[in-house]
Parts: sequence; C-alpha cells; structure tokens
Amino acid sequence: MLTALILLPTAVAALLMCVPRTAPRRLFLTLWVATAAVELALTATVWAGYRPGGGMQYETQVNWIPSAGVSYHIGVDGLSLPLMAMTCVLFLACAVYALRETRRVREFAALFLFLQTTCLGLFAALDLILFFVFFDLSIVAMYFIIAGWGHAAAPRAALKFFLFTFLGSLALLLGFIGLYLAADPHTFDIIELTEANPLATRSLYGALVLLAIGVGLAVKTPTVPFHTWLPPAHTEAPAIGSVVLAGVLLKMGTYGFLRIAMPVLPGAWREYALVFVVVGVVSVLYGALVAMAQTDFKRMIAYTSVNHMGYILLAIGAAAAVDAGEQARQLAVTGAVFQMVSHGLLTGALFLLSGVLYERGRTYEMAAYSGVADRAPLFAALTGLAAFGSLGLPGLSGFIAEFQIFAGSLGPRPVATGLAILGILITATLFLRAMQQIFLGPTRLPALAPGAARPFPDLRAHESAAVIPLIALGIVLGLLPRFVLDVIEPASRTVLELLAR
Amino acid sequence: MSALLWALIALPLTVGTLLTAAGRHADRAAPAVGVACAAVTLGLAIAVALRHPTAQAPLLEDLPVRLAVDGLSGLMAVTVAAITAAVLLFSVGDIGRGESRARFFGLMLLFSGSMLTTVTAASLPVLLMAWEVMGATSWALIGFWWRDPARGHAANTAFLTTRAADLGLYLAAGAALASGQANTLALNELAHTADPWLSAITAGVIVAALGKSAQLPFSFWLSSAMQGPSPVSALLHSATMVVAGAYLLLRLEPLLSASGWGGPVVAWTGAVTAVLLGLVAVAQTDLKQLLAASSCAQIGFMVLAAGTGAVTGGTVQLMAHAAAKSLAFLVAGAWLTALGAKTLRALRGAARGYRTAGIAFTVSALTLAGIPPLSLWAAKDLLLAGALKESVWLYAVGLAAGVISAVYAVKALWFVWRPTPVSGSRLPHSEPPPLLLLAVACVGLTALALPPAREAVARVLRTTAEPAPLAWEFVLSGGLALLASAVVWTRGAPAIGAPWRDWLRLEAAARLLLVRPTIRAAHALAVFDDRVLDRTIDAAAHSALSLARWTDRRVEAGVDAAVEGVASTTRALGRWARRPQSGQLHQYLAQAVAAFTVLAIALVFVR
Repeated sequence: MLTALILLPTAVAALLMCVPRTAPRRLFLTLWVATAAVELALTATVWAGYRPGGGMQYETQVNWIPSAGVSYHIGVDGLSLPLMAMTCVLFLACAVYALRETRRVREFAALFLFLQTTCLGLFAALDLILFFVFFDLSIVAMYFIIAGWGHAAAPRAALKFFLFTFLGSLALLLGFIGLYLAADPHTFDIIELTEANPLATRSLYGALVLLAIGVGLAVKTPTVPFHTWLPPAHTEAPAIGSVVLAGVLLKMGTYGFLRIAMPVLPGAWREYALVFVVVGVVSVLYGALVAMAQTDFKRMIAYTSVNHMGYILLAIGAAAAVDAGEQARQLAVTGAVFQMVSHGLLTGALFLLSGVLYERGRTYEMAAYSGVADRAPLFAALTGLAAFGSLGLPGLSGFIAEFQIFAGSLGPRPVATGLAILGILITATLFLRAMQQIFLGPTRLPALAPGAARPFPDLRAHESAAVIPLIALGIVLGLLPRFVLDVIEPASRTVLELLAR
Repeated sequence: MSALLWALIALPLTVGTLLTAAGRHADRAAPAVGVACAAVTLGLAIAVALRHPTAQAPLLEDLPVRLAVDGLSGLMAVTVAAITAAVLLFSVGDIGRGESRARFFGLMLLFSGSMLTTVTAASLPVLLMAWEVMGATSWALIGFWWRDPARGHAANTAFLTTRAADLGLYLAAGAALASGQANTLALNELAHTADPWLSAITAGVIVAALGKSAQLPFSFWLSSAMQGPSPVSALLHSATMVVAGAYLLLRLEPLLSASGWGGPVVAWTGAVTAVLLGLVAVAQTDLKQLLAASSCAQIGFMVLAAGTGAVTGGTVQLMAHAAAKSLAFLVAGAWLTALGAKTLRALRGAARGYRTAGIAFTVSALTLAGIPPLSLWAAKDLLLAGALKESVWLYAVGLAAGVISAVYAVKALWFVWRPTPVSGSRLPHSEPPPLLLLAVACVGLTALALPPAREAVARVLRTTAEPAPLAWEFVLSGGLALLASAVVWTRGAPAIGAPWRDWLRLEAAARLLLVRPTIRAAHALAVFDDRVLDRTIDAAAHSALSLARWTDRRVEAGVDAAVEGVASTTRALGRWARRPQSGQLHQYLAQAVAAFTVLAIALVFVR
C-alpha cells in the first residue's frame, strides 16, 4: 500500500517520458492531475486505516544491501502521516495550478511526479540510507525544476541551491555513517537504532554525530546562518516549484530532527538542546526582520519561512528540558509538527498567489503595485486570508501551531520564548505593510509596454481551484484541528518518551 | 442548554463570514440579513443571560474550548448584542447603496460575534482566539474605505498596537501552563497559581487588557481608528474591542488581587488615563476625536474599578457608557453624513437643525458628563467607593477625572447648540429610531446604579460584599459635575495646547522609540544578510573554485611533470637496457663471463 503510494508517481513519470513529446499538452497535464488526485485518495485511505496511537503502521521491510545493513524499510506514524497528506495536497494543488503551463510540459510533469515520490519516500523512510537517497534525489529534481522553468537568473540560483543543500546532505551522510558504526550490530535501520540508543554512553562521539546531522538538517530547514540559498532559489523558481520547495522540502529538515536526531541521540540532544533553542530564536527574529526589509514579495515570503521554521526549532529544543512540565513539552512538540503542516498549506498558498501576481504584472516588486484589490478582489481577499494565516491569526492553522509552541516552550525556556513571541508581531507588521502596498490605496499597476493594454484579471478558474482548497484546509485546521492532533499527539508523546531515556 | 450558547456565537460568526465571502453579490440583501441576525442574536443573548449555560469542545490536548455564561458574561453578552443591533439598524441608512454593504455588515457581525465569544470564553485559548479575531476584523473595518491610503495606515496602526499588547496573553498562557497549577487554562484557575508564574500571568493579562482598552501608554491607536465609518466607531468604542480589555480585567479581578501588585498598578493606570485622556478630549477640535479620547478616559474608570475590586461599579459603568458612547458616535456619524462636517466649529447649530439627533446627543453628552440623575453619575460613585477604600488619593484623582468628563462633554454640547443656522440633507428614515432607543437606554440604565436595581446587579454578579457609596459621595460628585458644566457652558472650555491635542504625541513617541529602530534594524540585517552572510558563502564557493584552479595549474602540473619524469626516466632506462640485447652471440658470452666473474668475487668475499 505504502510502496504503491510512494512509487506510483515515478511509474507515471516514466510512462509520460515514453509518450512522444508531440502528444497534446493536455494529455500530460491531465495525467499529472489525475495521478496527484489518486495519490491524495491513496493517502486518505492510509489515513482512514491508521489507528491513532498504534505506533508505526503499514510497515514494509525488504532487504536491499544486507551486507551493509541497509534495507527498504518504510512505515508511517503520527509524525509522518500528516506530512504525507500535506505533501499530496500540495502536489495536487501544484498540478492544478500548472494546467495552463506551456513550456516543455512532458518533462515538467514527469519531474514533479518524480519529486513527489522522493518527498513521500522520505517521510515514510525508516532506514537512514533510504532517507538519504530520497533526501538527495529531491535536491536533484528540484534543481532541474528551478533551472529549467525558473526566471532569468534561475541557473545560478539553482546551482547555489544544489551545491548548498548537497553539502548539507554530505554532512548528514557523515552523521549517518557515524551512527552505523556506533551501533552493534551495525545497521542503518532507524527503528533498531532508536531502540539501541547506540551513543548513550559515548558523549563526545554522540556530540559529533549530532553536529553532523544537525548541520545537515539545518541547511535544509533552513536556519540562520545556513539559509542564504533559500531567497534566490525561491525568487527564481517557478511558482509551483516554490510551493514544493517551501511546503515540502523544508519540512525534510525539521522532520529529520524529530525522526532521527531526537529519538536516536536523546542524550546528545538533551545536552545540546540549548544550541537548537538559540538557533531557533535567532532564526525567528532574524528571518522576520530581514523579511520586513524586503521589497520583493516572493523574497519576503521566503524569509518568513526562515522565521516559521525557527519556531519549530525553538519548540523541539525546549522540549528537551525533561525536568519541565510534561504537558507543556508535549504541546511544544505537537505544535512543532502541526506547524510543519500549517506552514506547508499557508505558505504554499502564498507562493501560488505570488505566482499569480507575477503572471499579471511581470514583477515581484511590491512598490510596482497599488490598489490591486480594485481589479482583483478575490485575489486580494485570498492573499489577505493567507497572510493573516501566516501571521498566526486565530481561526487559521498557524495560530494552533504557534500557540502550542509558545505555550509549551515558555515554561522550559522563558527568555527564548519571550523573545520568539516578538516574531509574530514582526510578521504581522510585514504582512500588513505588504498588503497595504499591493492591494490598498489608489490603483496603480506596473508600467505597461507601449500600446499593450494589460489589465489585471482576477483569479482564473484553475488558479482558484489550486489556491482555495489550501486556504480552506488552513481554516479547517484552524477551527477543528482535532482530527490531525489526534494523530500527532501520540507520536509526540513517543518522541518525548524516547528523549527522556 | 449548551446549544443555546453555541448558537449565540455561531450565528453572528457564520452569517458574518457568509456575507463577507459573498461580497458584492449580497449587497442588496445584506442590511436586512445583518439586522435580522443581530436581532436574533440579541434574543439568544438574553436567553443565555437568564439560563447561564456552559459548553465545551475539544481543541488542544487537555485544553478544551470552554464557554460559560455567568452574571458578568450574561450582562456583557446582552450589552454587546443590543448595541450591535442598534448600530446595525442605524447603518442601514448610513452605509448607502453604493457601498460594499455585504462586506460591511458581514464584518460588523464577525466583529460583534468575536466580542460575544470573548465575553463568554471560560478558558484562555478560546479567549485569545476571539480576542485576536476581533483585532483583525477591526483592522478590516477601520480600513473599510481601503482606497484611501490614510485609512489603511490607520488600520495597520490599530492592529499592530493591539497585537503588540496581545502578546501578553500568549505569555500568560505559557506561564499558566508552566506553573503546573492551571493545566486547563481556565480563567478561574489563573488566580490559583504561585509566583513567579502568577506575576508573569498577571503582567501578561494587564498588558493585553491595557492595549485593547487603549489605556496609557497605548491610547494613540484609538485616535487613528476614527478613520473608519462612524457605525464602526460606535460599535468599537462602546460594546466591543476597547471595552474588551476592561471586561478582561473585571473578569480576572481575583487574579489582580491574588498577585498583590496587579490591583494598584491597574487602578492607577486607569485613574491616570481617565485624567490625562480626559484633558486630551478637552483639547480636541474634532467631535469624533473628542469622543475617542473620552472613550479612553471613561474606560479608565472601568479599569480603575477592576483594580480596586469594584466589579459592580465597573460593570455598570461599562454598560452605561456603552449606551451613551454608541449613541454619541451615531449622532456624530449622522451629522457627518448629513452636513459633511466633523469639526466642532463646523457643527455649530447642528443640534438645532436636527432636533431628534440633537436631543439624543444631549442625553448622551449629559450622561458622559456625569450629570445627576443620569447613569454614569451614579456608576462613577459606585466604582469610586471602591477606590476610596483603597486610597483617598485614588478617589481624588477619580473625582478630578469626573470633573474633566463634564468639561469635554459640555464643550461639545455648547458647540452643537449654538444658534447658528445649518444647511444639510435630511437624515434617512432608518436613523432616528435607533438613536431614540439608545437615548431611552441611557436614561433607563440610571436605575442600575441606584439601590434596588443595583443590589440585583450585585446579586447577579455575586459581588454583594463590595463597598457602596454614601450619600455625600453622590452629592459631591453630582455637585462637581453640575458646577463644572455650568462654568463651561457660560465661560467656555479652557483652551489646552498642542501636545494634548496631538494625544500627548504618544504615536510619535512609539514611532520614534519602537517602530523606527525596528525598521532600521530590519534594513541593517537585510544588508548584513546580502552583503556579509551571502557573500561569505559565495566567497567560500569561489575560494573552492580558486583552489580547484590553483590545483589545476600548480599541483596538477607538478604531478603531471612527475609522472612525465617517471615515464621519460623509464624510457631512458629502457633504452639503456636495450643496448646489451644486440643479438651477437660473442657479446652475450662476454657479458656472461663478466657477470659470473662478478658473482664469483662476490661469493668469495661474502663467505
């Protein structure tokens, strides 16, 4: 079941590549949307069959490289299931949004389908090498998406993205090999490593392995100071590339912390948790402040991702203070996982909307626009909702995540949390300023080419069909979060139990 | 039972959301739908006030959404629903056909629905949710006419100032959880925590409440909030938003007294705000600005009441002020629409030109002035009785603030009753009825502050042990108010200068001290990010490339030369080795003889 879910998109991608390029554009796009829809249905089936609190489920393990202790081992639990569902939702939204795409459609669809496999595979992977393979393949696919379908300066941004995150993945590999060698018998299996807790008694070794894994994941997350690949990659990527990059790829880093770093290295994590708290708070404030200074809409959203990922680091760092209240730490971890889902949906929507803006005005410069709400009220309303969601307004999913993070982290780390709370004020400021600039005031649109009247049409059907479900889901999760929290909470309890060893 | 409570908050929130989402398609139906919804909500509010239901639904782990109605919540819910209904009825005429009426009525219902949720919330998460949604809807309402950049700006100022204060509630929630003694974050648990968390919770709650209620030093946002349509001001200043902070402090009065320091801090902040913002009101030349400053000052009394434990007085003050202030703003709005004027100078004679509105405004202004026997007169004495028990100075400051309210209220009255002829359009037919209703309410609410009804209120609020004012207190405050009014009416209001007219320049101070440094820091960090951090990474990549080039040129050449050298040496050796292989037998024999000779000699020597 899970294997089918993971491999189906790649199978379809291979199929697409067999169809001659001259086939009608619509064929590729329809097939892409259909596959993404089937994927979503499959995830829904997995979710329906999932028993909350039942630990790891849908497990499959097949020998792969037995001599090196590597196996194809996958499964889902409360940490991965919400992320897989979010991934499928985002990929479907991307496919729908791309229905009007005209440039090399066959390759575009195939790359995205392949990327979907790597993302789902990573969240399901229970073997370090499998995790690493998916981690790296996602970078490769994203590289081609940015370089091939991005804006003018895309090749350079793509190269930077690739080299930077690839370097991170090498650090990650180093850490994985460290774990492999520490375990007796040697294994890459995450479940076995978690049970064995191989570095419980070797603190220096544990610290070095945590350093390697931490740097590797921090590059991908990204946290300050490893974030500089993110803004150019986002600014140059096509809209749906940014959606997947921010919505799914960034979560690979934070997910890695919860799946690997915390359970496998509990001792080292507890000892160095303060480092993660500090990095988290710095990312929160630095990301928010730098975002506020941006004049480019998309670049601004990119920096808010640094801010939002910072909250997650703060929460999982604060959760390591095992002497603080159980309930609070539990909230913090649950909030961190919820934040991953919420950020995926809301930032995904914002990037799609920034794509709409670019498509109409050919620039992301906010100063080039004014009073757009007059021409495109639906566009303005949806952007407003997504922005308010992103700044943590109650009623949308971001609040549920951030409230849990703050309420849970304040007890264990009062000073850090007190500082991080300022982040939601700064994000509020920057989003309100951006909205005022683009949507309110007298109407003014980017300078027109001579003779070409370029109106600013409101959202088209395929754009609405891609954006509205994301925001609607954000609202549902903001008002009725129980159905997701029921899945996450047992898993975060397990993480805390493993961490307390 | 709990269905009633869910219906109370779900109805305005749902209808409001639907109207807002429907946009211009629903413009025609919006006024009718909005007013009907407000009327039904009022019925529901009365029902919950009588039956005190509770409701609960799961939200976060062990932190359910909890709603409950007790005496205070019931009175608040009725006040909110009643004022909303009156204001929406007025808006039917004021927000004309050309406007986005669906958006207006939808947002007003959302605004009022979130206030209803705030006052019925029994736990911190749901209170915070409603609290922040209220802030966001106020943003949308203040910026309702979004084409005007100044209004968008005002909306941002309002939202950001109140949100800055809202952070206090996040802190309070975290501190309550950290204390381990308020695990469900129920509001009535907060007072049972222990220091240092108790102080943290109290501080957070106080900051959030003062921000929302536009008390010092946050008052300035209310001045810019005047940019919204008049009905928005009428609702925002009377029964929602700004009184939410006062409500929260009244609700959490046990927390304030448990903390030890919270009560006095709150009481003095309220008293000082009542005086200073009262003077700001006196200095205004614009009617809406005068009323806005007076809101801060009047709410200062409620805050003072919460700080001294005079919950009955604070609640009565809140309800009476809600009626008077919404009425005043509605009349100001009606005049603004009809005459196109809002400065006091331009409004001279307005009350004579529009008799109904003029009489309504007079009732409202006299109420605000604290003239006996109107409601705010007795309400102030009720709450100042609490202050007198705490400290004579606090009581004296409160009395002074009461005199100042008489000054600004009569100043406004003096202008509108000048015998100057005015010319303007007639008021729409739907406007006078809500004005008259509110005027009647203003007069009627007087009963609440006087003994028989007051005791009933105290029983409902379960606050019967609070001190009651003595007769001389009533006489003193009423006499002072009358005296001040008479002086102002005959001699005119004292002229007060620039810093007061500019709201003590609080906004400029906030910009100078907080906003500008933050924006500077943001730009500096952005420059750092681009020029230092990013360049360092790029430089690292470039140095790797340079290293590669250097390796290519130097190391690679060296290695290559070495390899070439080995090869050529080998070749030379090969050439040497080829020499003996001549194919001549005699030469081979000679070589063999030589070799064996050497071998033999070696053997001899080694042995």
